[in-house]
Amino acid sequence: MTWSIIGDAIRLTLEGISRWAIPLLLVAIPLIGMIRKVKVYDVFVDGAKEGFEVAVKIIPFLVAILVAIGMFRGSGAMDWLTGALHPLLNAVGFPAELFPLAVLRTLTGSGSLAFATDLIKTHGPDSLLGRMAATMYGSSETTFYVLAVYFGAIGVKRTRHAVPAALIGDVVAAIATVAVCMWMF
Amino acid sequence: MLNYVWFGLMAIALIVAAFTGKADAVTKGAMDSAKTAVEVALGLIGVLTLWSGMMRVAEASGLVTLLGRALRPVMRLLFPEVPAEHPASGAIVLSVAANMLGLNNAATPLSIKAMEELQTLNENKDTATNPMVTFMALNTSGVQLIPATMIAILAQQGSANPTWIIAPSLVATAIGTAAAVIAAKLLQRFYPSGATAASAAEEVQK
Repeated sequence: MTWSIIGDAIRLTLEGISRWAIPLLLVAIPLIGMIRKVKVYDVFVDGAKEGFEVAVKIIPFLVAILVAIGMFRGSGAMDWLTGALHPLLNAVGFPAELFPLAVLRTLTGSGSLAFATDLIKTHGPDSLLGRMAATMYGSSETTFYVLAVYFGAIGVKRTRHAVPAALIGDVVAAIATVAVCMWMF
Repeated sequence: MLNYVWFGLMAIALIVAAFTGKADAVTKGAMDSAKTAVEVALGLIGVLTLWSGMMRVAEASGLVTLLGRALRPVMRLLFPEVPAEHPASGAIVLSVAANMLGLNNAATPLSIKAMEELQTLNENKDTATNPMVTFMALNTSGVQLIPATMIAILAQQGSANPTWIIAPSLVATAIGTAAAVIAAKLLQRFYPSGATAASAAEEVQK
């Protein structure tokens, strides 16, 4: 009971900050510039020129990654993978229904959102599995999209240990999600 | 690594499609995704332009340096290679803050800005540096404080307590982020950067 009150208070505060952050920043940054005698409009327009260039620079990287992911999803490989790993997942106590979500989460934002929503619908929003799905979606990011966009924007092709480090984080987050939800439920 | 992941996804797709007979779906997946990728990139032009301009104003006002300096202890721990006065520090702080608040349309441009600043410190422009990978680990593990999208979906599906997931999401995110950052730090020595290899070669020549 008290937990949900504290949770609501934290949520409302953070939602308030989130709602006001952008309008406040958009005024506060030039305001401080004005105080520091910066020609804010001139400087803004000069810096803003970069935006278009960056967006165009991302395109080849994004096409490469998203096409590979689109082909993978279209082939039905996800169902095969889940089927093949079912015994292993059962053995370690990881819910097999959640496995496709854990993989999809790193590959596609819209795809994993649809999959998580479907799990919540099927199992109920207050079921353990529904909550695990929601938590898993909420506690991670679309790893390969992020990698493609950010490294693409600056033209880095040799990503070194970025992929393994990110995937280790994703695997640990998925296991933590299951463990914490089971413990709290 | 991305070379293997990229090729692997497409090769697996073709092999699985040979068994499932889903050649059409694979073709559609490829073509639709190519279209989506361009739409996503072009859709970013507006916010990228806006935040690029704002970041330039923040830099010119000394705000970015100030932010980096304010969080110096954390920055030194996570990004020892980035000088405290360098604009990259402030840009990283801003981007992580936007990510934590779930300000998606500001977070992407600000993160790209941070990567551009880190790139100015890079001697070997097509190879990632240690701070870039650490920054990427922070980003890919999703440091969002409130999973707003999922709370909305739970509420829409008739949950009695949609905010229940805040606490477990925070814990899972924190653990995942810590694991990603620690992994980045531990792995960096096994993936030599072009820069150190080049400077090592220079040393030998001297």
